[in-house]
Amino acid sequence: MLESFQEFFRTVADNHPTWNFIFFYDERQFGKVVSGLWMTIWLSVACVIFSVIIGVVGAAMQGAQSKIVRGIVSGYIQFFRNTPPFVQLLFFYFALGRFTPTYSPDGWLEIPIISNVGWAMISLSFFAGAFNVEIFRAGIESVPKSTQEAASALGYTRLQIYRYIVFPLALRVSIPSLNNNLVNLVKTTTQAFVIAVPELLYESITIWNDFPSAQNPMMVVLFVSYLALVGVVVLGMNKWEREMRVPGYGG
Amino acid sequence: MSWTKDQPIVSIKNVHKSFGSLEVLKGVSLDVMKGEVICIIGPSGSGKSTLIRCINALNDIQDGSITVEGQEVHDPNLDQLELRKKVGMVFQQYNLFPHKTALQNIMMAPVLVLKQDKAEVEARARVLIKKVRLEGKEDSYPGELSGGQQQRVAIARSLAMNPDVMLFDEVTAALDPETVKEVLVTIKELAAEGMTCVLVTHEMGFAREVADHIYFTDRGVIVEHGPPATFFDDAKDPRTVEFLGQIL
Repeated sequence: MLESFQEFFRTVADNHPTWNFIFFYDERQFGKVVSGLWMTIWLSVACVIFSVIIGVVGAAMQGAQSKIVRGIVSGYIQFFRNTPPFVQLLFFYFALGRFTPTYSPDGWLEIPIISNVGWAMISLSFFAGAFNVEIFRAGIESVPKSTQEAASALGYTRLQIYRYIVFPLALRVSIPSLNNNLVNLVKTTTQAFVIAVPELLYESITIWNDFPSAQNPMMVVLFVSYLALVGVVVLGMNKWEREMRVPGYGG
Repeated sequence: MSWTKDQPIVSIKNVHKSFGSLEVLKGVSLDVMKGEVICIIGPSGSGKSTLIRCINALNDIQDGSITVEGQEVHDPNLDQLELRKKVGMVFQQYNLFPHKTALQNIMMAPVLVLKQDKAEVEARARVLIKKVRLEGKEDSYPGELSGGQQQRVAIARSLAMNPDVMLFDEVTAALDPETVKEVLVTIKELAAEGMTCVLVTHEMGFAREVADHIYFTDRGVIVEHGPPATFFDDAKDPRTVEFLGQIL
């Protein structure tokens, strides 16, 4: 079964020199596609989680009394929202990476404690996080002051008001915009390519550099993979939005 | 605190309150005894809502004193939770928590704030739902209830904290005329049970019926006050007479 499958794509490659689906019959290339896909998923999941945490914490910090705290948050947003993520990745890896401590497992090698994958996670999380702060802030601002006042009159502390009233309501308002931003984040993980993170785009390019005949098939793989990945994100977010919906509240 | 029941439960003395340069309360004094129902009436902008919001420290004051059961409300070292356990408040716009059902709205504060046992709170909440005549609406969300029903949930939510004083801030002002009555009936029952109530209201007929004492405010001062019979039928101050002439 598997052999005839592989045989079929070998024949395709022989007859159509631009359609070499090499990963279907060459185990090494198949391994690259799979590991690239895993890296993309791993990077996406980690960045989604961290960027949402950054968004929640940042939005809470924007409500702080201290002008300095609010200034830091808005400076952070300006920097990460208004510069290209591509440049940010380069900056984190090459400029900041130079100052990170290293360790040596064998006395010879010097390995930085933050790898290029680590820097990609940090950089992309802060990039998407800047947008998430703005998204959550808009959600928080949509919660009427009078609702918070009612909680306050019932003896809720500020923290309880945030946790049980403001945050759950703000989240419901934020989900559609959050959905958009997380979709963008998953797609932006391809830019980690620039610091040689072996994600799907990186692996695809190495494959077609070795086998130019595999370029078209690799592009198909890229499109199909991202359509599927983003599709999962969108489906998940839509399901979440439906589950969070409260009768008579919001759209 | 050496508060005893023969002293005013709420005592307001010479309160001044400004928003920026705008002075809203210019020396207001009034006392509320336990079990008393007082109504504050007056034209809009006269400071009635501000006054009752000061009673549970939702607004601060610039001068004077407000005590609840002998406790100074505007003491910087005030234990706000202690105050808010004693004072319940119902708002014009209901302000229910839209993501919680009617029952959850009522249960949340006793469970979260007073750390009471959930099962016991639930039993009490169901009794309160019955009391405000909303049986069958326990699991409805605020968005599924009419204004009058939401306002009764809000009243039950405040009562669940077992307050000693209830503040009502124009609680029927946002309601359809036909639902006003159901809310007023609920308040009337509360008053009859001996709950101390401070109401800001535009419902003159209701004020006349339930209040023990009426206060008329205009431009930040109490112009005139007295028991309903004297107040409505025998008003002295020209401003009171004019106001009553306009609305009655």
